[in-house]
Amino acid sequence: MKKVREFLGRRSVASFLSSLISIIIGLVFGYLLLLAFDSEKALFGIKQILFAGVSSPAKIAKVLYQAAPLVLTGLSVGFAFKTGLFNIGASGQYMVGACFALYTGIVLRQPWYVAMTAAMLGGAIWGLIPGLCKALFNVNEVITSIMFNWIGLFAVNLFFSNTPKILANYYGSANANRTANLAAANARAIIPTLGLDKLLKSPFMNISILIAVAIAVVAFIVLNRTTFGYELKACGFNKNASIYAGINAKRNTALSMTIAGCLAGIGGGIYYLSGTVQYTIEKVLLSMGFNGIPVALLAQSNPIATIFSATFISYIQVGGDAMQPEFAKEIIDIIISVIIYLSAVSLLVKGLITRLAERKKEAAPSPGQDTAQTPDDSKQEATS
Amino acid sequence: MIILADIIAATVLFAVPLLLVALGGMFSERSGVINIALEGTMIIGALFGCLFLNFADQGGWGKLHPQLAMLAAVAVAAASGIVYSLLLAVASVSLKADQTIGGTALNMLAPAFAIVLTWAIQGQGKTTIYIPNWIRITKATLGMAAAAGREKGFWETLFFKSMFLTTPIAFLLLAAAIVVMYKTRFGLRLRSCGEHPQAADAVGINVYKMRYSGVLISGFLAGIGGIAFTIAAGSGFQSTVAGYGFLALAVMIFGNWKPWRILGAAVFFAFFKVIGAYSGSLAFLPDFKGVGSSQYIYQMLPYIVTMIVLIFSSKKSRAPKAEGIPYDKGKR
Repeated sequence: MKKVREFLGRRSVASFLSSLISIIIGLVFGYLLLLAFDSEKALFGIKQILFAGVSSPAKIAKVLYQAAPLVLTGLSVGFAFKTGLFNIGASGQYMVGACFALYTGIVLRQPWYVAMTAAMLGGAIWGLIPGLCKALFNVNEVITSIMFNWIGLFAVNLFFSNTPKILANYYGSANANRTANLAAANARAIIPTLGLDKLLKSPFMNISILIAVAIAVVAFIVLNRTTFGYELKACGFNKNASIYAGINAKRNTALSMTIAGCLAGIGGGIYYLSGTVQYTIEKVLLSMGFNGIPVALLAQSNPIATIFSATFISYIQVGGDAMQPEFAKEIIDIIISVIIYLSAVSLLVKGLITRLAERKKEAAPSPGQDTAQTPDDSKQEATS
Repeated sequence: MIILADIIAATVLFAVPLLLVALGGMFSERSGVINIALEGTMIIGALFGCLFLNFADQGGWGKLHPQLAMLAAVAVAAASGIVYSLLLAVASVSLKADQTIGGTALNMLAPAFAIVLTWAIQGQGKTTIYIPNWIRITKATLGMAAAAGREKGFWETLFFKSMFLTTPIAFLLLAAAIVVMYKTRFGLRLRSCGEHPQAADAVGINVYKMRYSGVLISGFLAGIGGIAFTIAAGSGFQSTVAGYGFLALAVMIFGNWKPWRILGAAVFFAFFKVIGAYSGSLAFLPDFKGVGSSQYIYQMLPYIVTMIVLIFSSKKSRAPKAEGIPYDKGKR
């Protein structure tokens, strides 16, 4: 019992448990929804959601392929969260990053790592401006980022429409509303596969997930092992206290948004430099940036946890694609939003678990009945 | 001159949803709850409002009493908005959860739910709920004879080209919002909960009740705003409100959390939006020679102008002090 108590007392364990409980309830809710729509095929639907992602090597490749940009947009949102900022502009930063990457790759004919650096730069610019507006003029970053999402969308459209060399029809294709196929324009700009595509027998597989994981590790180190990261987090916890302690909060605000922009920009680059997708001139904001928000929330902004939450969300999205046309794949979005809603509430449960464990640590060793309550309590709280 | 009437009419048409939803955001935030779920609430309001209109159309009785059916649809939209925002209220007031997280979840849930429900009702792949065409207010509605045979004049274009019941309702609600916010005891209490809930509690105001009221009023207004937007957009309900809920948030901040300024901000923003949409047919606008697809420049314009205005007006901008912080009686 004592071991259970100590185990639950650890913050990370409590976080993980509360997320896990949310996920399980979300999936059960999804199953009930499937039952409500078509009770005969519901079992097929939930099987697809749960197992389609590992049903074949190609599906695994698809999961990892979609997870890579999600990790990065999730990191982007999470990084800003750590500094007390809500970066709802990941979508715009993602699009501008993709634009810079494609221009560098297709028109300037640079190799993929240069294009990726350009993507980072593009995203950084799109994060820096809202950051500066917040730091210098105290304009709410949520509003600025929303504005910059739309400005980014139209600016990218305008730029692509006026750059004939980047469009697919310049390279012999009939389409004028999308960017060129990288294989036709500049094969060097495609992210290398290192043989992973042959291993999983899927053209979607490349090293993008490895890049994303490496960046997540770097973000973790920066946030948790450096003075700079400590300052950023201090600003997030209490801005006034951190100013009092001599931290330059304005600089940190601008920097945090810039880094968040960098991360989302790389996400855009990593997705569109895969060589398997072309950027279409869009009328609405791309959802990849917005999907970074649930990824970050599910991971509770922890960079390492972001890798897993992004993979999970990508995994059930692949499952959702597989259950079409029997069911609408939007059921996955419903499941994710239920999970997020519950995890918002379960942050309290997590606090409760740790607090209960801590309180009992201080008190004298109590009868077994008392300690056994901790795990039970957590379950009750989560379901109520 | 006709084009001027066109622009004014379209500006009003698009200002209405922004105004309603931003007022909704104002009620919620003045009570201390950041309602980022406005977008989702709009979608839910539009979904049920449009479903009701379709139902009225298929029943045949909608056509007989078009404005009555429209009023009922607005009521349905408002009610569904209230129910939906209850989810936010429970999470952020009773359970003291993070308000942005709860709101984000609801924003994600709404379009997915709308698509799934539309499919379930209309059949697979049919993602658009079409709006019947009898909902428009015409001269005949008001008992006037339609001008037959000749071109529509300035005034007729202004008032009858795109007039829907939601427009007069919006202005009534604006007046009501001003009165409730500034002339009633309820309004004063609501505002105090957004500024200093502990002090409000100390003088006997039930902070939780006030915050529930604020969020539910915002759901009411956002629901109506949702159907107003769908009608204005004109091509039926496709499980989206094109980011208008987020724009309304910007309009609310731009309007400094005050009803009159929100009206001004909504009209301002809608005007630039309409200019963007009409840029092709307005001769006096520069057409940027040498630049292809210059419509994108005009589509960017409202956002850029808003950004600039926000930067210059930021000194005076003042958010409710306690917004975003869950109220906990036990905390000081």
